[in-house]
Formats: sequence, structure tokens, C-alpha cells
Amino acid sequence: MAAKKFVVGCFDDEAVLFPAVKKVRAAGYKIHDVYTPFPVHGLDHAMGLRETSLHTAGFIYGITGTTTALSFMSWVFTTDWPMNIGGKPHFSLPAFIPITFELTVLFSAVGMVMTFCYLCQLAPFVKKHVFHPRQTDDKFVMAIEVTGKTGADELKNFLTAAGAQEVHEQTAETGWWLGRFDREDRLFSEQPTPLNA
Amino acid sequence: MHLKYESTLREPLVDGVKDYHKVTEDIIGPIEAKPGKLWYVGFFISLSLLAFGAFSVFWEVYFGIGVWNLNKTVGWGWDITNFVWWVGIGHAGTLISAILLLFRQGWRTGVNRAAEAMTIFAVMCAGQFPIFHMGRVWMAFFVLPYPNTRGPVWVNFNSPLLWDVFAISTYFTVSLLFWYSGLIPDFATVRDRAKTKLRKLLYGIASFGWTGSTKHWQRHESLSLVLAGLSTPLVLSVHTIVSFDFATSVIPGWHTTIFPPYFVAGAIFSGFAMVQTLLIITRKILHLEDYITIGHMDAMNKVIVLTGSIVGCAYLTELFMAWYSGSQYEFAEFYKYRAAGPLGWSYYIMMTCNVVTPQVFWFRKMRRNVMVTFIMSIIVNIGMWFERFVIICTSLYRDYLPSSWVYYRPAWPEVGFYLGTFGLFFTCYFLFAKYFPVIAVAEIKHVLKTSGESFKKDMTKYEQESPEKFAHDVAHAH
Repeated sequence: MAAKKFVVGCFDDEAVLFPAVKKVRAAGYKIHDVYTPFPVHGLDHAMGLRETSLHTAGFIYGITGTTTALSFMSWVFTTDWPMNIGGKPHFSLPAFIPITFELTVLFSAVGMVMTFCYLCQLAPFVKKHVFHPRQTDDKFVMAIEVTGKTGADELKNFLTAAGAQEVHEQTAETGWWLGRFDREDRLFSEQPTPLNA
Repeated sequence: MHLKYESTLREPLVDGVKDYHKVTEDIIGPIEAKPGKLWYVGFFISLSLLAFGAFSVFWEVYFGIGVWNLNKTVGWGWDITNFVWWVGIGHAGTLISAILLLFRQGWRTGVNRAAEAMTIFAVMCAGQFPIFHMGRVWMAFFVLPYPNTRGPVWVNFNSPLLWDVFAISTYFTVSLLFWYSGLIPDFATVRDRAKTKLRKLLYGIASFGWTGSTKHWQRHESLSLVLAGLSTPLVLSVHTIVSFDFATSVIPGWHTTIFPPYFVAGAIFSGFAMVQTLLIITRKILHLEDYITIGHMDAMNKVIVLTGSIVGCAYLTELFMAWYSGSQYEFAEFYKYRAAGPLGWSYYIMMTCNVVTPQVFWFRKMRRNVMVTFIMSIIVNIGMWFERFVIICTSLYRDYLPSSWVYYRPAWPEVGFYLGTFGLFFTCYFLFAKYFPVIAVAEIKHVLKTSGESFKKDMTKYEQESPEKFAHDVAHAH
């Protein structure tokens, strides 16, 4: 975890954001991330991100649940403690289906949510840098890393030309750490005036 | 130009002139404001109901299940009736959040958050009944298949009652995860605009450090879609399994194969009625009429009249089969003890509330009338409670030996327990309405530019051009 320097551009409209992302990428700048208040469809492709494989993970968790349930119930009723229930067969597959189905869903859902939280580093008390207090409200915020080759001023002008309403420089940690939002972030009312516009 | 175009003929999902910031203000605003007098009144009524319920449950646990009016003949009474009723109510939330997501019904975005909250609270209430019905409630963990020192003797995996344990607990867990994963971005919105330290701290914890990164949104979308895909068969399985509690027995009136679809339709029917009851009040008090529109109520009333008619068909099928099967026990059950007999009155309440009155919703004017919808939602909930009462109690109170025939009425701890779950439900709902975004803010923003009233007006120019040109422009927009 190291602090890096970023140039941050804020856009008002996703219709302006899309061409801007394209221009920034064409010019060879490295987009650190784009923060949006809601999922903007197609933005991941525009940024050149690969598809997520989260659903594949979900499938694997699901079949784990299926096999766990089926093999456990079969083992209990045929091997560990065979019980005579109304003279029915010990291995009564149709009667195992409801629980097998429920465990498939349970494993898949719980596993996927945990994987999602792990991949996105989401957990209570996790603290990350918020580039703009309105990136979860109505602003589309693009953060571009300032490297040795890219001049900050040049980048600022580029973003303004691409349609950014507000451009500024920030030094920020890129990863996550354990912390509290009330201690480390300013309250909305204490933000400098341009942010409150 | 937006990526998706929607015909101006379709009713807008968000009324009024809005932009993204206004949506945030409208929905997050009530969280930041002090609650009104009505909120406190409602909250304290709920709390006192909850306290009375807790006392009734204490009474039952302390003196044993004999304080309830259950007996040898009627072994399942109000408790299981209430259990099935509450579980059924939960189903509408999952239907709205999952099934309508898969069917791409845009109107679900306005109501899904509150409906899912309702699901979770309703399942919490439902779970109390079978647990306390066990009598020695401190042994409740015996239903879990854990390696024990008694052999180990395992639970009976062939029993529908055990399937219920798995179904209800899975349903609760998955609904909770689905609901909370949707809440995380909205909590981040509350956090980032917080004006007090405490709010910043609490919503900072609740939002799990969400920032709105594009990659995270991509995963979030994938997660929501798969969870919706999982919840869809899950919700159908839950009430199917609840109906197996009855259908796999040999009691006349229970032993029928139409129970699973009939129960699922009934569950959605009663659930939508409860969603209507809650949302009509919520939209009024929190001034969210622009987001939960008359169009939303219209759509839900259509579901109510559809599922109500399915339930009606099921009632008639039962009556027909009782005669056509030639089974004298089935015939006696339906024609002598349900349609007539000392508990016959409950059968007619059920028929009137569930089959007759919902037919008013064939009329557009009625579907779009707030007062009619509200009254109907209460009637449907009463009707669906009586449906479960009829199925459970009128099938039991006349068994094979006339000497064991009884009449059943609840004792006060049974009524108190039921009222207590109302207390639990509304206490949770009031807290939810105060501290949680009752509408999915991010999802509304997502559909705003295609389905918002003010944005729809701009669509006229696209309507006039040829579809080929529109498709071409979209394909080459960026």
C-alpha cells in the first residue's frame, strides 16, 4: 500500500463520460478507476475490463452444495445409522431432493456473496479512499494515476477538454485499510466549496 | 444519447422532473430528517405489541404448550396457520426482487427494497411459530443434523418437516444476502453525504467501504443476477415444501397434489397484498409518490387479481375432486365440515375475501384507486389468513371418530403470540423505514434516463426517426 498521485476528473453525465474514457485510453493514460453512483452498462467494456467470473464461482459452490447434501444424507441413511422409516428404502433419492436443492442454493448464494466481498475488499470497518463525496450521489469520477511520464497539468487540461466539470489533483492510498469514515474523511458540510456546488 | 430507449407509450416509472441528485435527496432525505409524530406513535404501538407477544410466549414456555387451546384432535391451530401466513407474505418480496428482475420488469425497481425487507421480517415472524410449537423450545437445535452423543441419531431427512427447516433457513439467509448486497451501495451514498459524525461512522461500517468502482459494479451486477436466478426456484420451492407438510400426509383435505402450485399462488397473492398495505402508507408518509406511482400499484393489482383467480380455481378444483374422487372422507370433509359445520363460517370468509372481492381489480379505475387498493389489500390478507385456518383447522376438527370431534378457538397466549409477531414485523419495518433507503437509490438512477417522466419527453425525437437509424446511432455512439 502506497500513496500515489492522481488527477481526478468529475463528469456530470454518463453520455459525456463514455467518449472521455475512450479519449483518455486512446491518449495512452492509465485510468486507475471510474467511480459511478450506479452501474453504468458498457463502462466496463469501454475501460477494457475483462468479464467477471463470479458466476462461475457461484456454479462451483452450487455443485459443492449438491454433492455435500446428497452424499451426506446417503451416508447417514445407508451406512452410519440405517433407519427403518415406514419400510421405505434406505436410499430414498426422491425424498432427498428438497434438501439437496436447498443446500445447492445456500452454498451457492453464501459462497458467491463471500467471494464478492473478498474480491471487492468489502467488510465492516474497511476504509478506502473516496475521491469525491458525490461519487455515490450524482458524479462520475475518473481517477488517473500521475506517473513520471504524464504531467499533472497536461492531464488536467486533457480532462477538461474531454468534458470534465471539475478537475483536481489528489494524493491517495490505493488499497484498503481498517479505519473509520468519521475519523478519516471530512463531513459533507466541511468539504471545500467547489465540491459542494 | 442514452443507451436504451423506451417508448413514450409506456408509463414513466419515476414521475416529475428529476436528476440524479434529486433522486438521492428524495430518498435519502427522510433518513436524515427527524421522524414525524406518526412514526413515534406507530413505533411505540409496535413495540408494545412486541412486548405483549414476548409475554405470551413466556407464558407458553413457562407453563408448557397446554396453555394453548390445541388438543388431541386439533394439534395444529393458530400457530401453524400464522406460520404459513407469514411465510406466504414473504414470497411477494422475492417475487418482486428476483422473478421480476429475470423478466426485466422495470417497475420492480421502485418497490423491491421495501418488498425484500418485508420478506425478511415476515420470515423472521414465521420462524417463531414452529420453534415455539416445539414446546420444549430449548431443544430446538435438535432439528439440526449435527454429530451428537446419542448414537449419533440423525434427523429424518425423509420428513417434510425437516425439509421445512432447511427451506425456511435457506430462504431467510439468501433473502438477507440479496437484500444486503443491494443495500451496500446505497449505504455508501448515505455515508458520503452524512452531516453528523455518528451517521458517518455507522453508515461507514454498514457500507463495507463501498466506493462505486466500475469493477465492483460489474461484479455486483453479476452477483445480483445470479442471486435472482437462485432465488427464483428457491421461492417456489419454499412454499412447495411448506405445502408438503400437508400434502404428504393422509388427512382428507390435505392429501392432494395441487397443493404446491396452489400454495405458491396463494403466497404471492397475500404477499402482494401486504406489499400494497405497507407501500401505500410508506409512500404517503415519506412523500415518495413520484417513485412508487399509481402505475406500480396498478401492476401489483394485476398480479393480485391473477394469483387470486388461480387460488379461486384451486378452491373449485378441490371441491370438484372431493366429489369426483368418490372418496367418502374427502366428500365429507369438503361438503359437510368445510362448506357447512361449526367452522363453516371461516370457509365463507375465505371464499369472499380471496375469490369474490379481488374481482374488482378487473377494472382499471379500481386498480388505480389508492383507497380501493388499500382496503382490498387488507381484505386479501384477512382472506389468506382464513385460507390457512380453513386448510389446517377444518381438516382436523372432524376426524374419523365422532367422539373426538371438537370445536377449536384460540386461547389468549395464541392470540398474543400472533399479535406479538405483528409487533416484531412492524417494529422492524418502522426501523427500516427510518434508517434504511426504502427505495433502491442506485437502481432508480439506473432506470431514470429511460423511464423518468422528464426524460421520456426527450424521446419524441427518437420516435420519429427510423429504427435502423436509431440502432446505427447507438452502435456507433462511442
